[in-house]
Parts: sequence; C-alpha cells; structure tokens
Amino acid sequence: MEYTGLSDFICGNPDWVYPNPMLNAYCPFDSYNLAYDLSYKLWEIIGGTLAWLVNLIWPGNPISTWLVDDPTVVLFALIIFMLLIFMVAFVNVLIVLWMERKGLGRMMDRRGTMVGMKGFLQCVADGLKTFLKENTLPKKIDKMTYMWTVSLIVGLSVLVACMVPLSQRWYVVNYDSGLLIIMAFFALAPFFILVSGWSQNNKYSLIGGMRAAELMISYEVPMLIMIATTALLAGSFNIGDIVYAQNSSVWYFIPQALGFVVFFFCATAEAERVPFDIAEAEAELVEGWQTEYAGMKWGLIMLGDYLRGTVSCGMVVIMYLGGWTLPFLGDFSQFTIEGSTGIGYLLAWLPMPELVFILKSYVVFFFMILVRCAFARVRTDQILNIGWKVFMPLAVINLAIVLFLKIGGVM
Amino acid sequence: MMADSIVPVKEIEEKAEKMDTDKMWVIMGPQHPFSHGLWTLKVKLDGEIVTDAEPIVGYLHRGWEKETENRTYPKIIPMADRLCYAASMTYTHLYCMTVEKALGIDIPEKAKYIRIVADEVCRINSHLMWLAAVGTDLGNLTVFLWCMREREFFLDLNVKLCGARMTTNYPRIGGVRNDTTELFDRDILRTVERFEKALWDIIYLIDDSSIFVSRMKGISYITREQAANIGLTGPAMRGCGVDFDLRRDDPYDNYDKIDFEVPVLQEGDSYARYMIRVEELFQSCEIIKQAVGKIKALGKNAPYRLKVPSRVPAGTAYAKLEDPRGESMMYLVSDGTDKPYRLKVRSPIFVNVSSAKLQSVGVRIADVPAVLAQIDMCLGETDR
Repeated sequence: MEYTGLSDFICGNPDWVYPNPMLNAYCPFDSYNLAYDLSYKLWEIIGGTLAWLVNLIWPGNPISTWLVDDPTVVLFALIIFMLLIFMVAFVNVLIVLWMERKGLGRMMDRRGTMVGMKGFLQCVADGLKTFLKENTLPKKIDKMTYMWTVSLIVGLSVLVACMVPLSQRWYVVNYDSGLLIIMAFFALAPFFILVSGWSQNNKYSLIGGMRAAELMISYEVPMLIMIATTALLAGSFNIGDIVYAQNSSVWYFIPQALGFVVFFFCATAEAERVPFDIAEAEAELVEGWQTEYAGMKWGLIMLGDYLRGTVSCGMVVIMYLGGWTLPFLGDFSQFTIEGSTGIGYLLAWLPMPELVFILKSYVVFFFMILVRCAFARVRTDQILNIGWKVFMPLAVINLAIVLFLKIGGVM
Repeated sequence: MMADSIVPVKEIEEKAEKMDTDKMWVIMGPQHPFSHGLWTLKVKLDGEIVTDAEPIVGYLHRGWEKETENRTYPKIIPMADRLCYAASMTYTHLYCMTVEKALGIDIPEKAKYIRIVADEVCRINSHLMWLAAVGTDLGNLTVFLWCMREREFFLDLNVKLCGARMTTNYPRIGGVRNDTTELFDRDILRTVERFEKALWDIIYLIDDSSIFVSRMKGISYITREQAANIGLTGPAMRGCGVDFDLRRDDPYDNYDKIDFEVPVLQEGDSYARYMIRVEELFQSCEIIKQAVGKIKALGKNAPYRLKVPSRVPAGTAYAKLEDPRGESMMYLVSDGTDKPYRLKVRSPIFVNVSSAKLQSVGVRIADVPAVLAQIDMCLGETDR
C-alpha cells in the first residue's frame, strides 16, 4: 500500500510501510542524508507518541493530525537535524580540547587535566564555570557592537563548523562551490574581530583587532592559491568531488607535498593558534582582542576558536588526506547491512566514513599540538614576511607542479 | 560640510598635528603578563613600533632599608632573603660579607667554599627562572615548564643544604649556619652532571628553532659605551661587550682560587644577552664541581663558622658581589651598637631597568617582553 503519511500509522493502518524521508516532497536534500534520516525517525517517535497520547484523550483532534502531517514532520526533523549536526561538532570540540590539554601537558612533562575520565570532564567543568560567572560589562564601551560582534564571531565559527561535511551522507549543504563557501565564511571572522577590538575602548584589544586583519592579509592569498590548485587537480570545488577524485587516484598530499605543508601552516594561522596567534598574544597584549570579554562570552569565544581549529583540520583532511575514504576500502559503501556478514556487517552498521574523517582530523590536530608545543609566537612583521615571501612562492611552485602534472596527463 | 564649518579646515588640521593623535601611550603594568612582578612600562606606540618608553618602579616599596635600622645584626639575615626570591642566597651572602668587613674578620676557608657552592646553585636557580620567563614572553610554555622541572633539582639541593627551598636563611655573620649535610657532595655532583646534559634539551628547543632565534637576534642593540653610561651590570652588560665580572676581576670569598671563564659577546643584541646567561649556567656547573672538590679536600672537621661579637664597631663598610642579575652592593654605617645605623642596598636591576627605554625604543610592541626579559626583573630587590 502506498504511504500516505504518518496518520495511517497513528490510526492503525495495518499495511503501513516505513517512509523514506528522502522521497518526501518537502525533503530539502537531493541525496541520502544520514543526519536527516536519524532526525526524521526521532521525530516520528517523539511526534508520533505525542499525537497518539493526545488522540487517546481527544479522539480525532486536529493537533494530532498536525503533529504527524508531512510539513510538520519535516519542520521538526530539520530542527532536530540542526541540533544533531551542532551536537556532533560540539562533542568534537570537547574531544579536541581534551586532546590538546592532555597532549600539551604530556609534552611539557606535566599531567594535563585531571578532572574525571582521564581529565575529559575538565572541559565540562570549565564550561560550567564560565557559564556561572557574572556578566560584566566594562564602562565606556560601544555596548551594541561589543555584544553583536562576539555573537557574530561565535555564530560564524559554529556555522562554518557545521558546514564541513563528515561524509557523503552527513552534510548540511552540498554546493558545487562548497570549498569556496567554507573559506568565505571562515574569512569573515577577522572583520568582526577588528570591529570588536575597536568597540572595547581598550588599547590592547584595538591592537589585537588590527593584528587580526594583518594576520589575514598574510595567509589568505597563499591559502586561496592552494585551494585553487586542489580544485584544478580534482576538477571541481565540490567537496565530495574532491574527496572521490583522491579516492580514485591518489591522496593529494603526494602530488602536492609542498602545498600540504604550506596549507597546514596556513590552517594553523586560520585557526589563530601558536605560532600565529598574534591577535591574542598574551605576553604583550594581555589577551589581545578578547581582553574585555569575561565569563560566558569568553567561554563562547574559546568554543569558537576550537570550532575553527577543528574546521582547519577538516579542510586539511578534505584537501590532502582523502577525506572520509581509506585506501582499498573507499568510503565503505560496498558494505551493506543486508549484503554482508561478520566484519562487513559491523563496518556497515558503524558510521565508518564519519569516524574515518573525524579520526583523520584528530591526527592533523595532533600535529598542530606538536607545533604549539615546539614553536614561539612570530612577530607581526615576520608573519607578513612568512606569508608573502615563503608561503606565496611555495604555493605558486606547488601550482606549477600541479599544472605540469595535469598537462603531462599524469593526474 | 567642511565649507560650512565655522573653524577653517586648515586650522583643524594644524591642531590635529599638534595633538599628536597618531601615537598612543600604552601602559603595560603593574598587572600585566609581561611584567614579572609589580612594575609598569609606559610605551608610546606609533602603530606597533615603540617610539618612547618609561619604566615606573616602586609599587613594592616596603621600607626595607629603614626596617633594618630597628633590628639587630643577625635578625637582618632572614630579611635579606626576602630581597629577591630567586637570589636569596646571594643577598644573604652579601649582607654577611658587609658585616664581616665592618667587624674586620676573616671567615674560615670551608665557609668560603660552601658559600661559593650555595651562590652558584642560587645563580643556576635564578637563571633557570629567567629562561622560563623568556619562554613565556616569546609565547612558548614548553620552555617554561622544562626550566621549572630542571630548577626543581636545584631547589632540592637547597633543601639538602639548609632545609628550605627559596628563602634559605643559610649564611651567617662569620661563616655559614651548618656544615654540608651527609652525601651533599655526591648529590650535588650528580645533579650538576645531569643538568649539564638536560640543559641541552632546552637549548636545542630554543636555538634550533628559527622562530625563537629571529625573535631575539638583531633587535635592541646596546653598544659598550651605552652600557657603561647607563650603568648596566651583570650578564646584560657582558652581552654588550664589556668584559667585567666581579668574581674574576675583584674576587671575594676564594673565587680567585677557582678556574672559570667569563663569557663575553660583542654583538650587544638581545640574543647575545640570552647566550651569555646560558653560557653562565655551564660555567656555574664548572665552579660548583671545583668548589665541592675543595670542600672535600678540607676534610670533615674543618671549621665553618666563627663566633662573632654582637656589636659592630663604629665606622662604615662596603661590599659588592656578582649577583645572578648584576652587581649588588651593600653599604653599612655602624654607630657601635648592635643595630645598623644605616644599611644601603644597591640593586642591579634598579639600575638595569633604567635601560628599558634604550632597549625598547625602535622595536615592535611584540618584542618588548622578549627584550625586557633579558633584564630578568625581580621587584623585591628593585623597590626594597
């Protein structure tokens, strides 16, 4: 029997079949989306239960019908979908934070965080602490700018973190210019950092904001050249295309060895981590542009920083390390729950591509921790020199190598 | 819009020039991550470049010199510990030396060597503290924690020698408080030998990294003449090419019987001043090894302390000593009672910090902490 909506199920239609949310007329995705599928099923359980309960008290009521109507289900499924995507990004940040504090501690010959579960709960405790702090506002600030810039910086970080696809079936948007859009949102934050530093009526934050702009003009251009090089190799800006192009030939860190290293450091600069954290250089600028932000606002900024860190690692993984694919195993689509047994069944049952992607980005992040452990902070004029006299020529050489490979028909 | 303005445009522009609006004073301190202690550095910034600087000290003034006038001579020894947390041993040593000069006594040989050992352990402590601070000022926490780890071994040596870690209260007028404890010479030799290898870890971390080196090399030059005029002393002076060390050129307490080198570099930049202190760490190890050998040769039952009268004869006495940070001096005026009439301290950093303007003008604000870390600020002795 043809599926006509969830109301059949509520009203006890025996011939009901499980709906495929991707075939729904209201479905915003054109291909299978695991996160959306999960949220759809979740709302079917929650909404269905609610509708059934209301129906028990008041049979044939309009609310039950509305709750299980197709547009309503899609609406609530989308809300749950957003929460799900954010939750994954957020838990990712918690793990990355724990990795950094524990790893850095070990490298510096100390224990690192110690609160619960090998120190994992320290992040939770810190989050709680910032949440419970008083909301202090300094005098003589531009209050509106002060507040909305921090919202925008954190919001942009969350947006860009949620936009990175974890696999072909875990994405928010599937644009043909996906890589460019992520970079565009990524590059927006320094403008708001500049404005925010200005609004705080503090000389340190003003200098910090200016430095954020200075940092951006030094790494952005080589970074975009590298993105163009990767797009040239893959023949597309679409993230899925780039990943599958690597899967069908070779991971791009082999033909673009130079570009891989340069992009890694550009990504470090993008995430504003040591050695490129000049905007919040605590030795001379107290806390840089974040000086006047206290309590929950500072906690959110930290969250945003680490979200950007995970995105930077994700970009390295997408562009050079084969994304969510593994050699010989591909993206695990050959394993299906129906068609395989044993290990294959397990691999099909687990969210393998997503796990592979996340683990790869943790490996990249581990190298960022190593860099933070070993290097000092560079000076503002040195970062311009590094950006334009080291990264830029290397990026162009990398582009030339790729062009020769492309013309020679190797890749 | 401007045409309608009552004030002519040209006049506004002239006023703007007079107001000097493109430069700003940034007041770094007294609570600022770069000022290791309570002091302020006012810097005038043109963009990021420092065009003027003015150090302000005195936040930690507690009337040390006046307080000593109300205490008997032995009671000032623990107070001298509190002059500087990192150089407590040298200040106590200096104070005892000054009073001994006023009394006109010569202390036993063994006490002299024990004081040398204690001083050099203190110098290593102080220099490691400085190296740690250089790490954080350049934005790297690893150097800080590794130096702290190494410093812990030397604090343990302090514990072994006198029971305290930092405020040691060890030298006495006429000698030292106690003889070296059992197995102290074995422990100190082991620690020093271990440290001479372990220090290379930190040196590799800093000197092999072009970022670290480029942050220090070629900035903030000071010439020999400038160093002499401003009164720089200690490692900062030797990094500017002035070949002078009190331990060698005006020896006190048997330093003349010990063979060591005084590192001097002619470059005069921030990196040279850094190199001097690192080299001094190795030289201190060398001095410790020789002095421990001399203590051993003197035997177990050699005297280490003299009985001294509680009253100091009327007159003045003056002693100087090579502190980890420079030349510290004390001047004592006695009126024949058991309390000093006046005790004046010459702190090396109080003079060295006046070179802050010389060092920081022309560098970027990012380099201000890195450059001023080479002075190795300690506010306890600066403000007294």
